[in-house]
Amino acid sequence: VNFDLGEETDLLRKEVRDFIAQHVTPELLERVHRTGTWHDKEFALALGRRGWVAPGWSVEEGGEGRSWLEQLVIREEFDRVDAPVSGMSVTMLVANTIRKWGTPAIKAEILPKVVRGEIVMVLGYSEADSGSDVAAARTSAERRGEEWVINGEKMFTTHAQVADYVFLLARTSAEAPKRKSLTMFLVPMTAPGVDLAPVRTLGGERTNITTFTDVAVPDSQRVGDIDGAWAVLGSALEFERASTWAPALDRLVDAALHVSGTPAADGDGWDFTDPTSRGRIAHVVAEAEVSRLLALRAGWLASQGLSTLAEGPMAKLYSTEALTRCSADLLDLAGADGLRAAEPGDHTGAGILEHAYRHSQVTTIYGGTSEIQRSIIAERGLGLPRSRTA
Amino acid sequence: MTFDLARSPEQEQLCDSVRSLLTRECTPERVRRSHDSGYDGALWRQLHELGLIEMSLPSEEEGTGATLLDLALVCELLGEFLVPAPVIETAVAVRLLTRVGGTVAQQLLAAVRDDADPVVMALQPTHQGTVPMVPGGAVATKVLFLEGDALHVTGDEPTGTAIANLGHLCVADRSTAGSTVVAAGPDVAHAVDIAISEWKTLVAALECGVGRRALQLGVSYAKERQAFGVPIATFQTLAHRLADQATVLDGAQLLTWEAAWSHDGDVQRSAQLSSMAYLIAVDAARTTAEDVLHLFGGYGFMLEYDIQLHFRWAKAWGLLLGDFTHESDVLAGLLWEGSAAT
Repeated sequence: VNFDLGEETDLLRKEVRDFIAQHVTPELLERVHRTGTWHDKEFALALGRRGWVAPGWSVEEGGEGRSWLEQLVIREEFDRVDAPVSGMSVTMLVANTIRKWGTPAIKAEILPKVVRGEIVMVLGYSEADSGSDVAAARTSAERRGEEWVINGEKMFTTHAQVADYVFLLARTSAEAPKRKSLTMFLVPMTAPGVDLAPVRTLGGERTNITTFTDVAVPDSQRVGDIDGAWAVLGSALEFERASTWAPALDRLVDAALHVSGTPAADGDGWDFTDPTSRGRIAHVVAEAEVSRLLALRAGWLASQGLSTLAEGPMAKLYSTEALTRCSADLLDLAGADGLRAAEPGDHTGAGILEHAYRHSQVTTIYGGTSEIQRSIIAERGLGLPRSRTA
Repeated sequence: MTFDLARSPEQEQLCDSVRSLLTRECTPERVRRSHDSGYDGALWRQLHELGLIEMSLPSEEEGTGATLLDLALVCELLGEFLVPAPVIETAVAVRLLTRVGGTVAQQLLAAVRDDADPVVMALQPTHQGTVPMVPGGAVATKVLFLEGDALHVTGDEPTGTAIANLGHLCVADRSTAGSTVVAAGPDVAHAVDIAISEWKTLVAALECGVGRRALQLGVSYAKERQAFGVPIATFQTLAHRLADQATVLDGAQLLTWEAAWSHDGDVQRSAQLSSMAYLIAVDAARTTAEDVLHLFGGYGFMLEYDIQLHFRWAKAWGLLLGDFTHESDVLAGLLWEGSAAT
C-alpha cells in the first residue's frame, strides 16, 4: 500500500500549472462564462500541440504514453481552475470509443484531428422522452442502399454549437428488443438536415436541441455493428469511470476560505472572524479527499486489469453528491452577499460559491444520474437483484 | 513505487490469521457474554499470543515494529467482530511509552509484553482526582494521563468494574491517587498529540470494520426477506441506501489507509489525515448501522439480532474522545492554525 504519487507526478503538475498560467487567461475564463461554452478553439489547439488532448495515447498516435495517474493529474489541474476542457473531454470519450470500435478508415480520418485539438465531437444519446433509460431512444436510421437516413431529435447535445460531429444513437430496427435494435453513427454537423436550437441552463452552460431531418450519412460513418450500439455504449461508459469532482470541491474550499477568513499575517494559515465557519469548511476538505481517493482507486484498479464496475460509479456518486451538498452549505457562509451574482473576473469570492451552487445540480444528473449510479453499485458491487425491468 | 492499494503478502497473512482466530473464537454469543465488563480475558490473551501487542513494540523492546497501517488492518477486523479486548487502547499506550522512553516507560512496556498487563491512555482530562471514562479502564493495570506537559501513570489500585454504557465498552473512571510521572516536557505533550492522532486513525479503522459488517448484515437480509411477494432488495429505496453506505464506507477505508500510511511521514499532514479519517469513518459506520437497523424492521430493534451490537459500537467509539461534532473544528485548527491543536 502506497499513497505517494511520486516526484514525476509533482513535476508534471508543475508543467501543467505553467501551461495554465500561460493559456488559461482571465479573458478566456470570462469568455467561457459569458458564452456558456466550456470549449475554446485556440485553447484546444494549444492542448493538442502540448500533447495533452490524449496524453494516454502512444506517441505514434499523437499522445505522450502517459500513465493513468499522470492523466488523472493533468485532468485534476485543469478542473481545479475550471479551464474549458469539457468539450475536449466529451470528444475524447467519443474518440476512445471510435479507437476501440471504428473501422481503420474512420480511425484514420478522425483520431489524428482529435489529438491535434482540431475537432469536437458531442454525445447524441438523450431525447425528450429518454434520458437515464437511454435504450428507449426513438431517433431512427433507415437503410437506403449504402446510406442511412436519420430522423429525430436529440436533447442536451452540449457543445454542438462548436462541434464537428455528433455521436448518435439511433434505432435501426423496429421489431427487435429495445437494446438489440440500436446502432451508433458519427454524423457530421455540416450534413444537410442537421439543425440546432440553443438551450440555456441553470449553470450558465449552453446546451442544445439537435434535430435531424432526412439526414443522409454513408454506412462508413457507422461505429460498431448494425444493431450493436449497446456494446459500444457499454465501453463508452467505461471510459468515463474515473470522473471525479474532487477539484471542484477544492475550488469551493478556496472560495469559502476567502469569504470567511483572511490569510494569516505569518505563514500560510487562515484567520476567521466567525469561529464556527472554519469547521464547516474543514469538513469539505475531508470530503474532497475522499472524492480524490475514490477516483484514484478506480484508476488504479483499471490499471491492474481489475473491474471498476462499482468503483467508477462510486467515485462519481460520492463526489457529485458532496459537491451539491457542500456548495449549499458553503454558500451560506457568505450570508446575504451569497445572493450576489458572480462578477466577471471574480475567481475566488462568493460568486464562485453562487455559481457552484447552481452548476453543481447538473453533476448528479449528467454522465449517469445518482440513481443510476446507485443501482449499478447495488447490483454490481453488492450483488443485489436488478430493480429496473427491461 | 507510486500509488498502490495492494496489501503486502505479510499484511495479507496477518489479516488471515487474525480473521481465522476471530471467526473461531469471537462469536456473537461470546461477545454478548462479555457485555458486563466489555472484556474477554481469554480472548485478550489469545490475541496477545498471536503477537498483536508485540506489533506496537520496536525490535529493541523485543517487538515486531509493525507500521500503523498494519495495525489499522487488524483494527478493521476488531470492528467487524466487535472484539471485547483492549487492543487499540494498549497499542496507542505502548507506542506512546516507546516514544517518550525512560525507566518507568520500560517497566510498563515489559509488563505488557511479558505478562499481557493491559496499559491504556486516558482521553479525557483529569477532574478532581479522577481520570474519567478511560477506554479499557476497567481492566488496565495502569492508566497513562497527561497533566500540563507531564505524562503520569496511575498507582497500584485494583481494577474496577466497567461503567454500564451504550457500547458495552470496557470503560471505567480511575483515581489519580498514588500516580507517578513517566516523563515531562514539551516533547511529551507533542508525543501525546501523536498518540491522539494514532487513536483517531485506529478507531477510524475499527469503525470501517463495524460499518462493513453492518452493511453485510443488511445486504444478506435484504436478499432474504420477502415483502409484497419479492425480496426487499428489489426496492430501490432500500437498495440505494445500501449503495450510498457502501460508497462512503469504501471512501472511509481509503482515507483511513492513507492516514495510517502517512504516519511514517510529515507529522502535521498525518494529524490532518487522521482527523479526516476519524470524521468520515465514525459517521459512515454510524449511519450505516442506523440504516441497516431500520432495514431489519422490528427485528432490528430486538436484542437478539446482531445489528444492534454494531449500532451501539459505531456511536460509542466516537464518543470516547468527546463531542464528535467538535472534530471538524479540530481539523480546521490542524489545517489552518499551523500548529497541532487537539
